[in-house]
Amino acid sequence: MKIRQLSLFLENRPGQLRVPCQVLGDAGIDILTLSLADTQQFGILRLIVKDHTRARQVLEQAGVVVNVTDVLAVDVPDRPGGLAEVLQGFEACGLGIEYMYAYSVRSRGEHATLVFRLSDPDRAAALLQARGVRLVGAAELFARAGA
Amino acid sequence: MTTSWNDAGSAFHPASAPDFLPRRELEQLQLARLRAVVARAYEKVPLLRQRMEARGVFPDALHALEDLARLPFTVKADLRDTYPFGLFASPVEEIVRLHASSGTTGKPIVVAYTAADLEVWTSVMVRAFAACGLHQGDLIQNAYGYGLFTGGLGAHYGGEALGATVIPISGGNTERQLMVLQDFGVTAICCTPSYMVHLIERARDAKIGFGRLKVGVFGAEPWSESMRAHIEREAGIRAHDIYGLSEIIGPGVGIECVHRDGLHLFEDHFYPEIVDPETGAVLPDGAEGELVLTTLSKQAMPMIRYRTRDITALDPTPCACGRTLRRIRRIGRRSDDMFIIRGVNVFPSQVETALLQVEGTLPHYQIVLTRAKGLDEMEVQVEVTPEVFSDEIRGLQRLQEHLATALEQVLGIRAQVTLVAPRTLQRSEGKAKRVIDRRNI
Repeated sequence: MKIRQLSLFLENRPGQLRVPCQVLGDAGIDILTLSLADTQQFGILRLIVKDHTRARQVLEQAGVVVNVTDVLAVDVPDRPGGLAEVLQGFEACGLGIEYMYAYSVRSRGEHATLVFRLSDPDRAAALLQARGVRLVGAAELFARAGA
Repeated sequence: MTTSWNDAGSAFHPASAPDFLPRRELEQLQLARLRAVVARAYEKVPLLRQRMEARGVFPDALHALEDLARLPFTVKADLRDTYPFGLFASPVEEIVRLHASSGTTGKPIVVAYTAADLEVWTSVMVRAFAACGLHQGDLIQNAYGYGLFTGGLGAHYGGEALGATVIPISGGNTERQLMVLQDFGVTAICCTPSYMVHLIERARDAKIGFGRLKVGVFGAEPWSESMRAHIEREAGIRAHDIYGLSEIIGPGVGIECVHRDGLHLFEDHFYPEIVDPETGAVLPDGAEGELVLTTLSKQAMPMIRYRTRDITALDPTPCACGRTLRRIRRIGRRSDDMFIIRGVNVFPSQVETALLQVEGTLPHYQIVLTRAKGLDEMEVQVEVTPEVFSDEIRGLQRLQEHLATALEQVLGIRAQVTLVAPRTLQRSEGKAKRVIDRRNI
């Protein structure tokens, strides 16, 4: 159920975000969602794309430092308190969240999809599924995005 | 067809005989040559004659090698002040080659060679390559710059005279360097250590290895023991430090033999002294100080007590290779390479050593010195590599902290560590520029 996410190192100066986006654009690779974490000194751009192997290849050729990390995509009921409920499940399983962000895809109204980075994604996936938390696999995720 | 020296099963090239002279014989030879070169300098070079006269020291006062200490020093500024030909001891028609420095700090310095000087240069380079274990049959990729810089042609003629195959590729064009290295089956490479690190990086990108490469001869800039470990591990080769400077002859003043326990100086041509950089007093063997060299056989441009600015120590202890030539300790620092920050003396090689202590960091770094509100700040920019990149902010902050701690332990002062994207720091095909001083002092 794991999704492969690309992480890119960015220096904190103008133009640093555009370069990787341009490289992916030129290679015809669609970014399904992204999140940018920044500090005063540097940033980390996290991306989900369908063809992560090729994306990594073109980015590295362009001199970008790329890391591949496993993340989980979780369907969260799209109503007040929906996220809190899911997070309660995380807590009950004793799972610490490294970071999370929203998966931006046209919503069907019932769910919002969030991306979670957990320290042991395999174990976390098993625990969460046992508790009835709905995880979205890569194929479904891309199908929803029409990619 | 004569048989070559290595076919005869000898470990040493015949040109290496002076490397093994008994000390007494070597010293007699040195004294005889010293007298001749000082006499030549006195007769032919007005500046040197005036200095000797001002001191009341004349060539016939040289009764022992120690008497050299009575003669005045020569410094780099003397070469600039007499630019271009003022220190020449031979008429132009006897000079067959001129080289010059890049002149980044003003007028270049010009150095001259007679045909006999070139023969000496070639012979010391033959001895240098032989000391690294190179033979006829080796393919030497010479990636030192050809042209006014002495590195390229110095290594070129030495390699050819050794009987090896020389590939005069010169510096730059990294893709082609790697292609030639692979396709030609290169066994030895000559370049600056920082350029070798660059080649390693690009080879890794291209997912290619170093083929038959076994020996690297690196010089022209100070480098650290940790840098050597990095190069040897990544390229799977033996890395030798070669020493030289154009004012003396070019590369080939000294080299590490296969034991790599200091650099043997070719003392029959270059007489070394170690002096206190402040007072100029000669220090005994083993003491650290500035290396001062006197050319013993140079015709076109004799150098008498030339202050190299390189900080090292002379080691007279026997070497396992059997060479009787004294060794200098690897030069990690130059007296003019040092900068002072908040009262602390810092050498770039110390920064390098600290950075390489942290797992996975590549020695691509740059030191930027600034002054804010009267206080000096030191920033060390370090390139992030895929090995150390973490997708968590905390991970990168931890890396920054590790680097800062390592620097503090080595230097005793706190530096700001900035992580920068790979390949953003300038790569050099020659000497790396490590320090950018924006303090405007």
